[in-house]
Amino acid sequence: MFESPERLALGLLTGIVFGFLLQKGRVAKFEVIVGQFLFKDWTVVKTMGTAVVVGAIGVHVLVAADMASLHIRPALFGGILAGAVCFGIGMAVLGYCPGTSVAACGEGRRDAMVGVIGMFAGAVVFITAFPLLQPIINGLGNGGTITLPQLTGTSPWLWVAGLVSAIAIKANTRNREKLVGEFNDGN
Amino acid sequence: MANPLFQKSWSPYGVGAGIGMLSWFAFASADHPLGVTTAFENSAAQSARAVMPTIDHSNEYFAKKAAEGKPLKIGWEWMLVVGLFVGAFVSSKLSGDRESSIVSSLWRWRFGPGAFPRLVVAFLSGGLMMFGARLAQGCTSGHGISGTLQLAVSSCIFIIIAFTVGTITTFLLYGQEGARHV
Repeated sequence: MFESPERLALGLLTGIVFGFLLQKGRVAKFEVIVGQFLFKDWTVVKTMGTAVVVGAIGVHVLVAADMASLHIRPALFGGILAGAVCFGIGMAVLGYCPGTSVAACGEGRRDAMVGVIGMFAGAVVFITAFPLLQPIINGLGNGGTITLPQLTGTSPWLWVAGLVSAIAIKANTRNREKLVGEFNDGN
Repeated sequence: MANPLFQKSWSPYGVGAGIGMLSWFAFASADHPLGVTTAFENSAAQSARAVMPTIDHSNEYFAKKAAEGKPLKIGWEWMLVVGLFVGAFVSSKLSGDRESSIVSSLWRWRFGPGAFPRLVVAFLSGGLMMFGARLAQGCTSGHGISGTLQLAVSSCIFIIIAFTVGTITTFLLYGQEGARHV
């Protein structure tokens, strides 16, 4: 029924830090998520982009040092495609994604609380309909648990380096804009 | 300088870097990527089995999970979701960044001030979102962050389609005018 107490405590600790960060990052807010989809507020993209780049460096180091293993979801194209369409519509209308819905509940947002109850209902529908969904999930073939480096026959470090330079270029142009802005303000 | 714990918002780059490093911690300590929706699927499966014991045999889901060596347990993933709530609660309490209104200004501008329609739509859209997440086996965390940082093909396809559809849906709902009401 339960995993070991250590794993439960680790999960709780990780979750608390995660929730704290999401709330301080203002991404557990309807206005911010919908604002991203309207290209008004870029908080979601900035946060996710940085998380992916920083995360990719450390996780690939851990895997290279044999201290962790990759956990890749299979590329079941039918399930990914149908799932992403349902997910995108649901997230845009709700104004929260699953993780930020739970964090928004912690912030006291009652629409998110009802959203989370709906999420549970959606999971029940998924389980109940599971046998009927197999043709959709498996309908377009299975690419397997494959990564972009494997697909292209390249080193993962090439991709990590690419991600790091993308963010370095972004940070550099941002600083320059800021400097130019300050210079102009000074005049 | 003010104590950052009491501030209402941190830089998105700082928060992003924090989530990235939290991923290192999750991989190193629990050999697990950050993800939220598996816990919902797990709870739903356990509830379905409690309410309707025959589903264990009639629905291939349960045999499949048992064959994958993934018994339905309350574990790391489940506690992660509990922690998410607690962490956001503590953060918002420390800074006073609490939100009690049900209808945000953008929604009110487009659909009116009624709380009931907003809550009905929240329930249905939350359900559709979770259904989609389980079809694709991941969400913004599991695919969008954890999957893309591992350079997974499945996750990159998922997040590109999901965010494109999300953008189209949002423009259909609110139009370009919407940006002035966020």
